[in-house]
Order: sequence, then C-alpha cells, then structure tokens
Amino acid sequence: MKYNNMETLEKEIKEVAITTKTLTGSQAVLEALIAEGVDTIFGYPGGAIMPIYDALYDYHDKLKHILVRHEQGGIHAGQGYARTSGRVGVVFATSGPGATNLVTGLADAQIDSTPLVCITGQVFAHLLGTDAFQETDVINITTPVTKWNYQITDAIEIPHVLAKAFFIARTGRPGPVLIDITKNAQLQKFDYTGYTKCEHIRSYRPKPIVRKEYIAEAAKLINEAKKPFVLFGQGVILGKAEKEFKAFIEKGNLPAAWTLLGLSALPTDHPLNVGMLGMHGNYGPNVLTNECDVLIAVGMRFDDRVTGRLDKYAKQAKIIHLDIDPAEIDKNVKSTVPVWGDCKETLPMLTKAIAEKKHTDWLAKFAAFTKEENEVVIYNELNPTTDELTMGEVIRLMNEISGGEAVVVTDVGQHQMVASRYTKFNKSKSNVTSGGLGTMGFALPAAIGAKFGAIDRTVVAVIGDGGFQMTLQELGTIMQAEVDVKILILNNRFLGMVRQWQQLFHDKRYSFVDIQSPDYVQLAKAYGIAGATVDNRLHLKDAVNQMLNSKGAYLLEVMVGKENNVFPMVPQGCSVAEIRLK
Amino acid sequence: MKTEYTITVYTENQVGLLNRIAIIFSRRKINIESLNVSPSEAESIHRFTIVISETEEVVRKLCRQIERQVEVLKAYYNTNDEIIWQEMALYKISTDAVAEKLKVERLLRECGARAVVIRKDYTIFETTGHREETDKLVEVLAPFGLIEFVRSARVAIIKASNGFHEKLKEFEAYEPAEELIENEFLNQNDQVFTM
Repeated sequence: MKYNNMETLEKEIKEVAITTKTLTGSQAVLEALIAEGVDTIFGYPGGAIMPIYDALYDYHDKLKHILVRHEQGGIHAGQGYARTSGRVGVVFATSGPGATNLVTGLADAQIDSTPLVCITGQVFAHLLGTDAFQETDVINITTPVTKWNYQITDAIEIPHVLAKAFFIARTGRPGPVLIDITKNAQLQKFDYTGYTKCEHIRSYRPKPIVRKEYIAEAAKLINEAKKPFVLFGQGVILGKAEKEFKAFIEKGNLPAAWTLLGLSALPTDHPLNVGMLGMHGNYGPNVLTNECDVLIAVGMRFDDRVTGRLDKYAKQAKIIHLDIDPAEIDKNVKSTVPVWGDCKETLPMLTKAIAEKKHTDWLAKFAAFTKEENEVVIYNELNPTTDELTMGEVIRLMNEISGGEAVVVTDVGQHQMVASRYTKFNKSKSNVTSGGLGTMGFALPAAIGAKFGAIDRTVVAVIGDGGFQMTLQELGTIMQAEVDVKILILNNRFLGMVRQWQQLFHDKRYSFVDIQSPDYVQLAKAYGIAGATVDNRLHLKDAVNQMLNSKGAYLLEVMVGKENNVFPMVPQGCSVAEIRLK
Repeated sequence: MKTEYTITVYTENQVGLLNRIAIIFSRRKINIESLNVSPSEAESIHRFTIVISETEEVVRKLCRQIERQVEVLKAYYNTNDEIIWQEMALYKISTDAVAEKLKVERLLRECGARAVVIRKDYTIFETTGHREETDKLVEVLAPFGLIEFVRSARVAIIKASNGFHEKLKEFEAYEPAEELIENEFLNQNDQVFTM
C-alpha cells in the first residue's frame, strides 16, 4: 500500500485499531446491546455476572439499568417492556439461584411469545459440572422454556451469538432467548472486530413465502360465507398488523372477537369488535362460534381456555387459520385452509381478494347477544344495587377517568378477567397480562417494565390481593427507580378465582382461599409510595382520580365484594355454546 | 391407530440439541424406542433417526414441534414400508459352546451371523437386520449361554428421498426458493388441505 501523506496513514492506522480493538467479553456484551438499540436492562447482580456489571459501570450513560428486587421481577419487567414497546426486553441475572429465578418468566414469555434476551452469568468454564458455588445447569433447566439458548465459554463467540440471540428473539414467532456466559469469557480479552447484526440462520426460517393459491382459497370461502367470524390473537400485535387487520374486517364487515392477548389490537368501541372469546369471554362470540359457517383465526392458537371442549368446537364451520408458526396450524383445531405466513403480509393479500359485504343480519345476532349479556350480567356488574363495590365498576371508572389511554397491566385471576372485559381500549399494546401461563405476581413487575417501554403513557397495574403479595418486593424497585406506575389492588380478601371454582364445582368447600392482607397503604408508605384505601362508593371516584393524577407512583386499594363471581363462564369440559350467564 | 414410525431429522451439529429434541417426546410422555445420531450425506449436517410408536396425527405434530427448534432444518416421518432400515446386534457367547456344539454353528449360519472376535474364552458375533432377525438369534443362542447382548439403534434410509444436498443449498440461500416451502399441506392442491 502506498500512502500519499502522513494524514492518510494515521487515519488508516486508526481505522484498523478501531476495527480490531481489544475488548473484554463483558464489554463486548454491552457493545452488542448498544448495537441492537437496547436502552433499558432489568437485572440483579451477583458473583458470576460481576464482570458484566463492572463493565456496565462505564456504560451507565448509554444503558439504563433498573435494579429489581428479585430476578423474577426482573424478567417480568422485561416482558412488560417488550409488550408495550414492541422491542426485545433485556434481563441480566447471575448464575445459580439468579438464573433459576428467571424460569417462571421464561415459561411465561415462551407461552405468550414475548421477545426477550436474558443474559446469565455462569461459573468459570473449568468449574462447569463440579457443583461449584452457585452453579446450576441453566441451559438444560431452561431448554423447555426458551425459543433458543446457548452457553458461551469463549469471549470470541459473544458478538455473533448475541446477534443471533436478538434475531431469534424478535423474528418469526417471538420468544425468550437465554445466553449463559461463563465468568472466564466475561473477563477474557479478545480482538473485537465489531458487531454485525444477524439476518440469516440457515436452519431457521422465521417467515415463509406466502402461497397465493391459499389466499385465493381462503378468500373464496370468506366471500361465500353467510356467517363469517374472525378470531384474533396477539399475532396481530406482534406482527404490527393492527391497521391491516382493521382494513380486512372492515372491507368484509366481518365480526371480530379477541383472545385475552389479542385485546387492544382493535379498539373496543369499533363496531365490528364483538368482544372476548373463551371461558370468561362475552356471550355472543362464544355461542356464535358454534353457529358461524367460516371461522377465520388470525394469530391465535386455539388455547383450551378459548375453545372449551374441543370436540364440540365450531364443528359446523370451515376454518381458515392464519399463523406464522406452522406448528400451530392444525395443532388443536383442524383447518380447512391454512394460511402460513406473517399476517402483516397475508392480511392485505386477503383484504384485496375479498368482496365488500354487509352481513347485516349476522352482525345483528351478535348485537342481540350483547343486549342479553348487558341485561343479565354487565348492567348489574357496573350498576350494583348493594353497598359492596364490584370489580367491574372500579375498572370502568378507572378506564373512563383515564380516557381509555392508559396501559393496563393485569395479574391473574378474577380481576384479570374483569379488567379485560370492562376496559375499553383505544390503542394497541395497551393490555399487558400473563395469558398462557397465568402467572400470579406478574403484574407489579411487568408494570414497571411496561412504564419504561411506554414512558409517556399512564400505566395502571390492576392486581388482586393474592397476586400482589407474590411479588410486592418490587415496590422497592418502584421506589428506587422512581417508576410512575399506578397500582390498583382489588381486594376481595379471597383468592377469588379459586374460591369461585370451589363455590361452583366443589360444593363451596373453601379450601385455603381465605387470604389475609397487610395494611397496603402502610406498606406503600414504608416504600415512600403514596396510597389510599377505599371501600365506599361515595369516595371511589375521588380516590381513582387522586391515583391517576398523582405525581409518581401511587397505590390504591379498593375493597370489593368478597364473594362476587365472574360471569359469563364456560365451565371446564363444556362446549363454548354452553356458556353460563349466571 | 398406533404404528411404528421412523422420524428422520436433519440438524446443525449443536451441543444441547439432543436434549431439545428429546424433551419434545418426554413432555408428551412418549417413549423413544430407538435413537441414533450420526453425520449425514451433507457436510456439517447431522441426522437423527428416532423410532416411536404413535398415531400419524401425533407423529405429524411432533415433527412440527421438532422443526420449530432453531437448529433443526427438517424433520420427516415414515412408516416402515417407506424406508430401508437396519439394526446391528452383538452377542457374546462362550467359545467352548461354539466349538463343541455343531448346532450352534448351524444356527449362526442360518441367522447370517459373523464372528467379530474369537478368543479362547469367548466369541463375539454380529448380525445386522430387522428387529425380528436380531431377536431371533437371541432366542436361539439363549440355551447355549448368551453372556452379553446389545443392539444398536435403527438407522434408516428413506426410499423416496433424494438426500439433503440440494435442500441444504436452499436453506443456505437468504431468500428461500419456492420449493423450500415444502410443508406438505401447502403443496397439496386438492380440495382438502391437510398438514
């Protein structure tokens, strides 16, 4: 090579130095996160991940780290972040107990298709398999609950393995990825040649080519249908296809009902939104599932809580199933036309191919069922005649005061079903809940992450008195990181959903569902969080207003009726058409 | 109806993948009757051969779940008449028994057994074939004192397969070719779409 002047030479030397600078494995991990556009990490340090935390000390201006109080809280926060931001959540934990504490969150993220990259520290490579201090076989423990996992023992692997991790987590059907890095690899210095994002793995096809003949076949069925019915799930949100979905149902005037995780993909007040599917879903969508002639499932997986008894589920209907995961097609419900693909692509193709229709009579049927459910269930829930507060009226009030703009994070149980049924959403990515796994204790930490994922939005965590006590240590995180989340505890002094089942199916034998609570307001106060408790309808509105208008975090405990039940209900083992209104 | 199926899985050579595949079966409480992992015709691609007895519907779903794994390229399933398969077995018997009893020699010949090692104290025979064939020799040798017996997993070649060379090229391409979308339900153009 010939150099014209010293300046060029110096520049080139610098460039070479930049491309092959020496980094430690830990620094390479953080460089990878920055290259992937990560801005927030939820984590908890410990022995085996100390080199990464040491490196983080120098990166704190580029990467925000939220110190949680328990690794389970960390991963649920990562999930909340991923759900409201549509990006990959990142979680740090140490080896051994740190890593095993992630397992619940991994299982939750796996079943609810949440993109996460979890980085765990591991003992030195030479100690692997020796029962060293805080050593667990994290890779094998987490294999069933991760989309992919990998153990790094040599720092050279770090850039490309992390690139692969992010690619796998966010593409196709998203899911959690765990990368376990031994301490020696974190400490090891190596020649770092930069970070290249992964775009292709030969054994991994996240997105198929859409077969046009199947679109045509599906469109034909929809066009011939007299009673078409659309079911949509989280696939619409994960595929960022809310607009495409709306255009699709609007063109064909197709009534659409949502699964728990599909909630908020379509505004609640949209005229074609006919409500929620499943065990505690709305009356019409459940009954009419067994009356429609063409069932169009978009990005949902026919969970048993949605289908009820499978051999009596929509047997009369032709089924069109749109999904990005071929393993979901025909898994529970046999499809007539499988449309394997990304709904961001397949929906516009279908929209183009279907005819404009009215379906006035068919839509009127849904309206009739809605009317009946209103009279028998909804009106009473929202306008109770006794002094006892209902969960429904609290939720609706909170929803109205927040103008339907708040992100609602729910835990698991009666309040979750009520919140899903009675909250009206205007915006997508507004509903964060643990659907598939049903993880009690999810909401409080997930709300922390949800707030960081949507920093400009109001985040309300709706939690029962049981679930709150499972992860209440995260109040410490809220205190320290000054997270502006509103905590709404609906306290019925029972593990309500289990109690409801014991009442209905176990002769009212209330076995260990009577749960006591501490003084939540005092508890919040101990963490420097303002709070109040309310048990009177007269003060409810002011209390909810105060919560929503407070600066910073706020805890509102509402004492609700002890033995209220969630209805409608499809009893287990029954068909969706056998849904009970009381 | 439960039938014997041979599942052939083409994968990357990756630590931990065996576990990922095995738990797909154990999670559903399905017993793996035979499992073999070996290199395949394509360089760097490994080939799992798994034998289970299940209904076709279950086997189909299992293959979908196997293919979902990031490091799995393709999973096929076949009935016994769609494959050529072999298992190998080793038998250790006392050399005296072989030497002294003419009948043993005849039986070994009939079963196509081959002596691998002959020592003063014992002799090791080997046969290759289907389960019935290797089992039969166990039966006939038992009266003469079978000291040790072991049988390998099944290895199988799919009769209708053209191997994985061409397929691998498609997988390596950034933009998948039309033919790659060979999920069989997408290829059937008749009225009933089955997967």
